Amino acid sequence: MSIIELNHIDVDFTQKKGETVKAVDDVTLHIDKGEIYGMVGFSGAGKSTLVRTINLLQKPTSGDITVNGVEFVKNGKQVISSKKLQLERRKIGMIFQHFNLLNETTVLENVAFALKHSDLNDEQLEKRALELLELVDLKDKANFYPVELSGGQQQRVAIARALANEPDILISDEATSALDPQNTNQILELLKKLNKQLGLTVILITHEMEAVKKIATKVAVMENGHIIENGNLKQVFLHPKQELTKRFVGGSLETISTLDSLNLGKLGEDQAVYQLVYSIANVTKSIIIELYRKIGVEVSMLYGNVELLNEEAIGTLVVLVNGDPDKQKQACDFLQKQNVALTKLDEKGNLYD
Amino acid sequence: MINWLEKLLPNVFQLGWTGDAGWGTSIFQTLFMTFWSAIFGGVLGIIFGIILVLTKEGGIKQNKFWFNFCDKLVSIFRAIPFVILLAFIAPVTQKIVGTQIGMKAALVPLTLGVFPFYARQVQVALESVEAGKIEAAQSLGATTQDIIFDVYLRESRSELIRVSTVTIISLIGLTAMAGAVGAGGLGNTAISYGYNRFNNDVTWVATLLVVILIFIVQVVGDTFAKKLNHQNR
Repeated sequence: MSIIELNHIDVDFTQKKGETVKAVDDVTLHIDKGEIYGMVGFSGAGKSTLVRTINLLQKPTSGDITVNGVEFVKNGKQVISSKKLQLERRKIGMIFQHFNLLNETTVLENVAFALKHSDLNDEQLEKRALELLELVDLKDKANFYPVELSGGQQQRVAIARALANEPDILISDEATSALDPQNTNQILELLKKLNKQLGLTVILITHEMEAVKKIATKVAVMENGHIIENGNLKQVFLHPKQELTKRFVGGSLETISTLDSLNLGKLGEDQAVYQLVYSIANVTKSIIIELYRKIGVEVSMLYGNVELLNEEAIGTLVVLVNGDPDKQKQACDFLQKQNVALTKLDEKGNLYD
Repeated sequence: MINWLEKLLPNVFQLGWTGDAGWGTSIFQTLFMTFWSAIFGGVLGIIFGIILVLTKEGGIKQNKFWFNFCDKLVSIFRAIPFVILLAFIAPVTQKIVGTQIGMKAALVPLTLGVFPFYARQVQVALESVEAGKIEAAQSLGATTQDIIFDVYLRESRSELIRVSTVTIISLIGLTAMAGAVGAGGLGNTAISYGYNRFNNDVTWVATLLVVILIFIVQVVGDTFAKKLNHQNR
C-alpha cells in the first residue's frame, strides 16, 4: 500500500480581482514507502503547492488525502481534528529552502523544540537531540546559534529537527536550492543515507534535475498544475515522452541538437540511426567493435554521453549503422541481447515512426 | 560648590527632597506611573498585538471578526489625544480607582493611552518573524501555544525590546501630561512649580531629570536588544 495517497487534488487560489487560479489541477499521486520521489518542474508549476497538501500546510480545494493510512481530507473536507493533525505532522518531517530555523535558540534547542511534546524528560531529551545532531555530523555545534553556521550546516540542523520524532516521510521543499554545489551534494548524500538506513520515504521537490538524477528512484514532472509524466527515474529519464520532460532530462535535447547540426540529410536504404542506452556496469563488451566483428555492420558514432543516475552509470550513444536490412536486424537483436535499450531515430534525432 | 549651586538655582533647593513638592517625591511619582502603566499597558498591548497577528488574514487562527474588533479598538484609542483621553475616561477612573486625581488614578488613562500604541508596535515586531518559521513549526506539529511563545515572541524578542524602549520613552512623556490631573511627577514639578511661578531653574532641572531618565531607558533597551539578537539582519 502506498504511504501517501493523493487522489484528484485541486488547489485553487482566488486572486484579488476574484479570478481563480488552479495551482494544482486534478492530480492523483501515490507514493510508496521507501521511495525517493523527485518532483520537478519550473517555478510556478504547482509542485510545492501539491506536496504541501501532504501535511496540510496547504489545504486542497477538493480531493482525498491519506497519509500513513490516516485519512486527512475527504472530498476536499478536512476529516482529521487539528489536535490529531499535530500528532500526524510529527510523523512527516519537512525541510525548506531557507532552512527556517529558530534563530534565537541554539542548534540544540532547535532540535529539542521538535521534541517538546515527547514523553522524554529533560535529560533524555538533550541526549536524543545530541544523537540527532550526531546523525547529521554537527554534534560539536550544539551550542552555536544558527546564524553562526554555514547554509549547508543550517540545513543539516533542519534535517536533524525534522527527524526528531522519527518520521516515516521527509519532504524536502527546494532544500538545496539556496546552497552551493558542494553543500547540495552533501545534503543529497545525507538524504540518500537516511533513506537507506531508516527506510525514510523522501519527497524531493526541486527545479534542478541534477538533484533528482543523483538520488531519486521515481520522478514526476509537473507543469501548469498537472503531473505530465511520472514513473521510474530510469524510465522517465531514458524515454521522456513530453517536450518539457525532454528539456529537463537534457540528453534527448542534446541528441536532437547534435543531429541537427550534423545535418545528415536523407538517410539511405542501408542506413539507420539508433539511440543506444545502457548501464555501463551491465555492458562490459565493447559493443561497437562487436557489431563490426560479429555482424559486419559499420557503425559510426554521432553522439555519446555518460551520466550518473542514482549512482548507476548510464551511457547514451547515438550511432549511424550502415548495413543491409538483414544485417540491421541482426545488429538490433545482438544489442537487445546485451541489455541495450534501443530506439530508432530519424535523421533529425526524433523518434522514428 | 553646594552654596554656589544654591545661589544659581534657589527655587530648586527651596522645593527640597521630601514633602508634596519635593524632588524625591516627584521622581518617585514619575517612576511609579511609568512602571505600572508600562506593566498594565504592556500586557494589554502584547495580548492585542498577538491577537492581531494570529487572526489576520493568513494568520494561524484567521478570524475576521476578532481581527476587525481588535483592529478598530486599537485604532480608536490611538486616535484620541491623550489630554482629551484623561478627561474623557475620568468617570471610568472614578469607578476603578475611586478617585480621579493622584498618581494611582493616572494609571488608568496612562494604560489606555499607551496600550494601542504598543499593540501596533508589537504587531509589527511579530510580523517581522518570517512566515517560513511559522510553517516549519507547524510542520513539526507545534501547538498554537508553542508557536506564540517559542516562535513569535522568542524570535522577535530583540525587536520587542526595541519597541518597548520606544513605548516607555513615549510613556514618560505621557506621565508629564498626567501631571495635569494632579498626578504629580516631574512634569507637574516643571509646570506647576516652575513655569507657572516663573521659577525657570525648577523647569530646567525637572527637564534635565526627565532627559536623564529617558537616556537611561534608551541605553538599557539598546543593550538588551543587541545582546539578544541572533538574527541575520
